[in-house]
Amino acid sequence: MASEFAVEMRDVVKRFITPEGNEMAAVDHVTMRIKNGEFFSMLGSSGCGKTTSLRMIAGFEWPTEGEIYIEGIPMGHTPPFQRKVNTVFQSYALFQHLTVFQNLAFGLEMEGAGTDEIKKRVGHALEMVQLTGMDRRKPKQLSGGQQQRVALARALVKTPDVLLLDEPLGALDLKLRKEMQLELKALQQQLGITFIYVTHDQEEALTMSDRIAVMSKGKVQQMGTPVEVYERPANKFVADFIGESNFLEGTIKSLSKDEASVFIPSLNAEVKGMPISEGLVTGEEVVVCVRPEKIKLVDKSVKSDGLFPGRVTNTVYIGADTQVFVDVNGAKLKVWEQNRISRLDPKSFYTVGQEVWLMLVPENTLVLKKD
Amino acid sequence: MLQRLRENKSAQGTLLALPTTVWLFVLLIIPLILTLIVSFGRRSPDGDVIYTFTLDNYTRLLGYSTDCPDGQASCFDPLYVNILGRSLSLAFNTTLFVITLAYPLAYFIARAHPKRRNLFLFMVLIPLWTNFVIRVYAWMMLLRKEGAINIIIGWVMNALNIPFTPFEMLYTPGAVLVGMIYEFLPFMILPIYTSLEKIDTSLYEAAADLGANSIKTFLRVTLPLSMPGVVAGTILVFIPVMGTFIVSDILGGRQVILVGNLIQRQFLDARDPTFGSAASLILMVMTLIVTYFYTRKFGFGEEIVVG
Repeated sequence: MASEFAVEMRDVVKRFITPEGNEMAAVDHVTMRIKNGEFFSMLGSSGCGKTTSLRMIAGFEWPTEGEIYIEGIPMGHTPPFQRKVNTVFQSYALFQHLTVFQNLAFGLEMEGAGTDEIKKRVGHALEMVQLTGMDRRKPKQLSGGQQQRVALARALVKTPDVLLLDEPLGALDLKLRKEMQLELKALQQQLGITFIYVTHDQEEALTMSDRIAVMSKGKVQQMGTPVEVYERPANKFVADFIGESNFLEGTIKSLSKDEASVFIPSLNAEVKGMPISEGLVTGEEVVVCVRPEKIKLVDKSVKSDGLFPGRVTNTVYIGADTQVFVDVNGAKLKVWEQNRISRLDPKSFYTVGQEVWLMLVPENTLVLKKD
Repeated sequence: MLQRLRENKSAQGTLLALPTTVWLFVLLIIPLILTLIVSFGRRSPDGDVIYTFTLDNYTRLLGYSTDCPDGQASCFDPLYVNILGRSLSLAFNTTLFVITLAYPLAYFIARAHPKRRNLFLFMVLIPLWTNFVIRVYAWMMLLRKEGAINIIIGWVMNALNIPFTPFEMLYTPGAVLVGMIYEFLPFMILPIYTSLEKIDTSLYEAAADLGANSIKTFLRVTLPLSMPGVVAGTILVFIPVMGTFIVSDILGGRQVILVGNLIQRQFLDARDPTFGSAASLILMVMTLIVTYFYTRKFGFGEEIVVG
């Protein structure tokens, strides 16, 4: 491989003219370095610029500013058919007038491969996605999941350096989607190809990715491993977008290299030893982010330090967990209580109006900028 | 009664199809049967139909003649066979030219900005607001010896100091062909446009992504997926061209006689409905045969499955 990076976006901007005639940056100074063999996801809600970024890598769009490098080579205005990347489209974009075999052979014929080679490679690709024997069917005669596999095989049969996947599992039902997530991940590890995966589904991104770029409004909010973006979100947006979070407002009282003491009015207490994100100063108004599963509810009879009084306002039983909503001096906190014990008696659950203690372990929280 | 109808889907279907069925039966099936009966009849000297069973009209159409030179009892007269052949080849040529002209235009419209597409389609349809005959007459004004085309060429030649005798364009097979192409162009543009417009643009991207340049994408993706439109357009053009007589009447004069003209004259001038009926049925059978083989090869244009 020529370069350490399979794909590199250097300060890329893509501007569109909206129907109203205004200029809008769909991708706003994005820089990403995607390593060879990496499973990289771009995660964000619709309009965040993830699909536009992917389309620029594929060559369907060209950057307004900046440059995209594939295997270290600047792409400029190279058309899609001259790039060593292939795409799995959200709509699959299968050729309905061709059979499964012909769909897969299409890309190989464009390369000028011989009949025998095409047969061999198509057969191998169909085996890889477990569609052997389906080669004579037309796409319409396949289920959604099978069509998805054809789209995948059609791209993979070209043995690209980089595979681009644009929400490929979006149209599948939940169970099939989960199966395919694991299958895709296994396939990527087996083939060693770089996957760039676009999705709005955070669980999907966390499940499959080596690294995730969380995007919003055309900008990368954070880039990191699933553990990093979940446990150490860079800002309030990421903390809110990935998983669920409680935000408690407060003021920094003192600050060390990687910890802070924050006065939180709703708890009427100064909490010491909380991990911090970058760029905070003493005296700053901040939010403290606490994941609902990291708060523990303790019976009112127990009394120890670091416990805060609250009252249960609502409970929702959802099988694996019970979601308990607690009011602490007007601040509403979500707490996920895992249902470790099988119980039927309603009295064994928290009830609305019940007084409880909340246990906040400072090292399980994170201090973030307010906006 | 109403309640039972609500539950009975097949009765609902029958009821919905009833008006059209009655309409077609009265105005198509019955006249067709009458035409068939008349075609086996004979013309009386004063122009009435004598109902009998004779194949004379058909054998005459296919070239059997008793009016022969040098005293033969029967011989082959190619007059009507030539007319049938001329109609067929004109219909083929017209369809071919219309496809060649309509496809690029339909492609251009389908690829145009959505805002402008409707304007272009509107422009394609504008000529249809004028009466068919008047449009053909307009071509007469253009093509005749003192017509607009000759006048303009005359000016140019005059300015260049080249001697010029006006072209004889009217009353030629070429004039009829031009008129036919003009009249039937919209019926090809619209179905081709429709099938092109239905193609999901992600298919073009997929083709490019898999290594196809724009020419290969057109040949391997766009063209096959727009074939249903071409087939539908061909049926819409070929069949009426086979039967029409107005274009050849006005632009062909007595020089270009097609089956349509033959039938019209048998009914109106020659007052021989039996021969006219036989010619109508032969025309129908010919059209059916061509359409049958064509649709067997290319389908009915119904397989528009994209996306």
